[in-house]
Amino acid sequence: MSDHVLDARGLNCPLPILRAKKALKEVPVGETLEIHATDPGAVKDFEAFCRSTGNELVDSNSTNGEFHFHIRHTK
Amino acid sequence: MATDETNTKRLSMIVTKGSLDWAYPPFILATTAAAMGLEVTMFFTFYGLSLLKKNLDLSLTTLGNPAMAMPMMGAHMKMPNLIAALPGVNLMTTNMMASLMKKKGIASIEELREAAIESDVQMIACQMTLDLFEFKREDLIDGPILGGAATYIESATKSDINLFI
Repeated sequence: MSDHVLDARGLNCPLPILRAKKALKEVPVGETLEIHATDPGAVKDFEAFCRSTGNELVDSNSTNGEFHFHIRHTK
Repeated sequence: MATDETNTKRLSMIVTKGSLDWAYPPFILATTAAAMGLEVTMFFTFYGLSLLKKNLDLSLTTLGNPAMAMPMMGAHMKMPNLIAALPGVNLMTTNMMASLMKKKGIASIEELREAAIESDVQMIACQMTLDLFEFKREDLIDGPILGGAATYIESATKSDINLFI
């Protein structure tokens, strides 16, 4: 469980990414942000976002139509 | 290839269209690129300049758009040109699209534009277009600088990605 949680459920592209970027600014380097989303496109997008920004996608999973992402703020 | 001294990637784009549907690609890409750490420049020219107006009053391109299929009661509705041309129909389809977007959690153009400004996307309003359509600087939001083709080209030569939308 992360200390920082972002509820991006119901939001469509590109809002989950934009909100996550904003939320990451408040997460101290080394800690993780947990994102809840319902946009299936967010799965590929968070992978690309993390590869491009250098933040670490620690975990990505889905249950009951909800997607959970854990991103470690590294940069 | 970027010739800049820093390693920051850059995206520049020319925004030429000002309808509701065409407003989305540039603002989605600009805000996402900025979120991914790119420096972004948007050059608003011709009809694209209207996307910088303080009061946005965007319409959908319904007439002559055979690809537009609106979901309706489980099916998709295409609009024959003969009907799309009638007075009031474009307002109706625009309102339908706006409510559909809200239902699907899609950001408004105002919201994306605000996000672009917050993330330091550089916006250039085309001076020639301003003169051509007789807009005043005060009709536009604060922030964009006024410039021309050379201002854009200078930015484009330093960019890794250049888009024309």
